[in-house]
Amino acid sequence: MAELPKHQEDLSLDTFVRGLWKENPVFVMLLGMCPTLAVSNSAINAISMGLATTFVLAGSGALISWLRNWIPKQVRIASYIVIIATFVTIVDYAIQAISLDLYAALGAFIQLIVVNCIILGRAEAYASQQRLVPTLVNSLGIGAGFTIALFALGSVREILGSGTLFGLHLFGAGFQPWVVMVLPPGGFFVLGAWLLLFNWIKQRGERRADAPTGVPANAR
Amino acid sequence: MVKGIEIRTSPHLKRALNVQQIMRSVVYAMLPICAFAIWQFGLSAALLLATTTGAAVATEAWFSRLRGAGNTVADWSAVITGILLGLTLPPGFPLWMAAVAAFVGIGLGKALFGGLGYNVMNPALIGRAFVQAAFPVAITTWTPAFAPSRFVELIPTTLTAPFMRPESVTDWIAGLGVDSWTGATPLAMQKFQHVETPAWDTFAGLVSGSAGETSALLILVCGLWLAWRGCLDWRIPASVLAGAALTALPFWLVDPGIYPSPWFVLSSGGLMLAAWFMASDMVASPVTPWGAIIYGVFIGALTVIIRLFGGLVEGVMYAILLGNAAGPLISAWTQPRVYGAVKKVQAKS
Repeated sequence: MAELPKHQEDLSLDTFVRGLWKENPVFVMLLGMCPTLAVSNSAINAISMGLATTFVLAGSGALISWLRNWIPKQVRIASYIVIIATFVTIVDYAIQAISLDLYAALGAFIQLIVVNCIILGRAEAYASQQRLVPTLVNSLGIGAGFTIALFALGSVREILGSGTLFGLHLFGAGFQPWVVMVLPPGGFFVLGAWLLLFNWIKQRGERRADAPTGVPANAR
Repeated sequence: MVKGIEIRTSPHLKRALNVQQIMRSVVYAMLPICAFAIWQFGLSAALLLATTTGAAVATEAWFSRLRGAGNTVADWSAVITGILLGLTLPPGFPLWMAAVAAFVGIGLGKALFGGLGYNVMNPALIGRAFVQAAFPVAITTWTPAFAPSRFVELIPTTLTAPFMRPESVTDWIAGLGVDSWTGATPLAMQKFQHVETPAWDTFAGLVSGSAGETSALLILVCGLWLAWRGCLDWRIPASVLAGAALTALPFWLVDPGIYPSPWFVLSSGGLMLAAWFMASDMVASPVTPWGAIIYGVFIGALTVIIRLFGGLVEGVMYAILLGNAAGPLISAWTQPRVYGAVKKVQAKS
């Protein structure tokens, strides 16, 4: 978990950007694994899930931040859950109205956004202490990071698992689908591979930063 | 001969086998099985074995370079994984899929856990389980053994272009002039049609199946040689086979028309190869004597249960992977009492 901001944060570019990389909810904080693994079997499912979660994050974050001085500390979790559930219900009905196919594909995971720990985590760690605008921007950043991560998983799984991206055939009819990639184990494989890649890039960056000072990379 | 006398305190170790020697012995023991596979299935089997071995060694070299811990190819374990993997695949398996299996086996099954000695499960079986889940059709496409043209042409699926679906082999098999080919291995015939292939055929290996699993006799001889060399724990294969036979026996006694005889269970499918060369994997099996026996019986019994009641025709792969997973627990349960130590008194709570 990222360290809690003790003071009121001023709005800056970092408020948004750190959700994409430095505090990416999936690749760095490893939160919200359940929807990440479950609905990332195709790119379109992944993006829809990401956008739905972003909406709930931003909406609930804004409302919690706005109400932060009125919510008693003792019942804050219950209050947050009520607020989050409100937005999840909105998303739930909205997706039903937009596309029933998508609704069927995402299944119970739309309702389960309410227990996604990214959202409660942001509410507790950020929204409950920060002003409205930074909260909104930060939530959007975290949501974008979540969407990017889901898309990264979903696109790989869809390309290997069915040879398509957003339903378009990439390799022609003779493609051999890797059945396992659209099944649950594929989610774990691809998530592991992305984590490997991200950590490798991160460590390489740190090693380069350390190198001029003469500190051995593995001495940390 | 004063020169030859050595005076030392115990233990008097006569010879110390190092990892490389053990691994090389295992490779030698598998060579006759490879030769039989090539004689039986021809060029395709040779290419398949070469591909899996090459891909396994290349993956091992790549990962050991990434880790910067010296080249671990020299310990021969990657060669074993490659050959074993090749032996468990159907002879006409597309080469690109075989390479994927070898990459996943070494990479996911071994390198990511920290290399040889740290892998939880048998790497070759990890690779095979991955392609079984990824390409379920290709891995159950069997071709006849001893096809007349096996040394002059490849099975058409072998050279499938990467990422492409292998073509159907039905027409090719029809053109071979092999009589009464049903497309089924002895195991599948037994399971679905309750027709038991004659025992001598399955024992000697004159049947179709995965490239190197067919000849139970040859595998038995090679395995016994390895056990005699001290390169595997004889308790493991013995208890796997005993566990399988004893589990199959009561069913067969009740209804020999449906259930296979213990003899057929032992000689068919991949059980013999798996018992001698995969279950006995030194890293992934329990180290205590009783642990080895419990582990073996567990694998043998589970194999038969999957064969008889599961959706799959052969269950030994998943049985061994489950056995591997249970291995550390079995080891912990069967710790021998230290000589002279007092039994731990249970603390009253």
